Amino acid sequence: MSTDIGVWIAAFLTLGILSFLYKDNPFYKVSESIFIGVSAAYWFVYMIYNVIEPNLLGNLQKGEWWYAVAGILGVMMLFRLIPKIGWLSRWAVAFMIGTGAGLNFIVYLQSNVMKQIRGTLAPLNSIGNIMMIVGVITGLIYFFFSAEHKGLLGGAAKVGIWFIMVSFGASFGYTVMARISLLIGRMHFLFSDWLGLLH
Amino acid sequence: MNIYEKMMSIDRRILFILIAVSVIIPLLKPLLLPINVTKEVRHLYEFIDSLKPGEAILLSLDYDPSTMAECHPMALGILRHCFGKGIKVMVTSLARPEGLGTAEMALTQAAREYEKKNGEDYVFLGYKPAPGAVMLSMGENFRLAFPNDYYGTSMEDIPMMRGIKNYKDLKIVITISGSGIIDTWVIYAGGRYGVPIGAGVTAVMATDYYKYLQSGQLVGLLGGLKGAAEYEKLIRHPDMATKGMDGQNMAHLLIVFFIVIGNIGYILGKRAKSTKGK
Repeated sequence: MSTDIGVWIAAFLTLGILSFLYKDNPFYKVSESIFIGVSAAYWFVYMIYNVIEPNLLGNLQKGEWWYAVAGILGVMMLFRLIPKIGWLSRWAVAFMIGTGAGLNFIVYLQSNVMKQIRGTLAPLNSIGNIMMIVGVITGLIYFFFSAEHKGLLGGAAKVGIWFIMVSFGASFGYTVMARISLLIGRMHFLFSDWLGLLH
Repeated sequence: MNIYEKMMSIDRRILFILIAVSVIIPLLKPLLLPINVTKEVRHLYEFIDSLKPGEAILLSLDYDPSTMAECHPMALGILRHCFGKGIKVMVTSLARPEGLGTAEMALTQAAREYEKKNGEDYVFLGYKPAPGAVMLSMGENFRLAFPNDYYGTSMEDIPMMRGIKNYKDLKIVITISGSGIIDTWVIYAGGRYGVPIGAGVTAVMATDYYKYLQSGQLVGLLGGLKGAAEYEKLIRHPDMATKGMDGQNMAHLLIVFFIVIGNIGYILGKRAKSTKGK
């Protein structure tokens, strides 16, 4: 069994959170509140010392005064909380959206549209390639709502929905796997790090 | 209440206990079930295995404690593989600040196992906000985004960083993440600068990234704890992911059993009701 106080606290919090599976109880509420409080405090302190201090205050101290513009935009964001001058925050948000759109537009189009289209133009020389192309085309047809889904279009849309359902099933299976993996991680911690039963 | 209604209304707390037991027993008594390696994991392994000693990669450990169970074994597997081959590793964590602790934990554990030195065999860059902007600036020069490493040493004073300026001096960027930052790596580092990208993701996200694998934008993909276990098998270093596979298999079989029981109860219950109605 571990003699580290940190491991014991982590074990208590783990069991507290898992106790919710039985029913809501004070141990769960305490564990949840500690998690939320510690997360918020960690982010706040980290942001002050590792983001704002070196990137804003540090650069201002070096005499790079144009960083003050970034600082002012950051403060303007916070004006959202004051109803009378909340409109000022829209300027800072607009700046962020404009920068983001400008940075993302071309490269996103290239990576997530052009390269994906190129990847779909595969030779029909294997069952996998044929299924992929049929799945893409019929899946897109399913989401084409400018014409009624009847006749050939309706048939293709039905095939498309089957492909979509198979992909949802795969996603669900992977999601179950992920949750079980997280449970395995916590059980390993409890039985290995805390109780010392695993080697 | 007939048998079908009973099958459909089993108290969920009994199901929780059964799932917990199916996970705990294989941890205590390993079944050593076989692990087959998928091609997407093998591609990433073979890419790293083809690198020569002294060549450098960037490993971005973009996960935090909430996804540590799946991502940490992947990080350790890749670090062990690189250190075993003498490949130099630059490590960063761009998704969230709380990922720094887990990233440093993986790096120092692997470095200790292989007796690797900070500054000579690996460098830990730390965290910087706005990952897209950081990735773009690293494409020009790593020193623009990270003038110092995480421990405050100037990049000019780090022996490993001599001769490494930007992505062109790296063989691959590997990101291990539980968030959508992989899209950012593929778009900015891969799309803009053409550096090969490899990824390790949580199982929840794995299906979303097969599109990049199919289009060639990802060299390889590790999906969830299974992906980590496959990588451990390839590097012949079974660890936590391999130990977890027995529990994973048992829990999955149990869930399939529950789904079958529930569906049988639903279908036969419906039939019994309609027969009774007639």
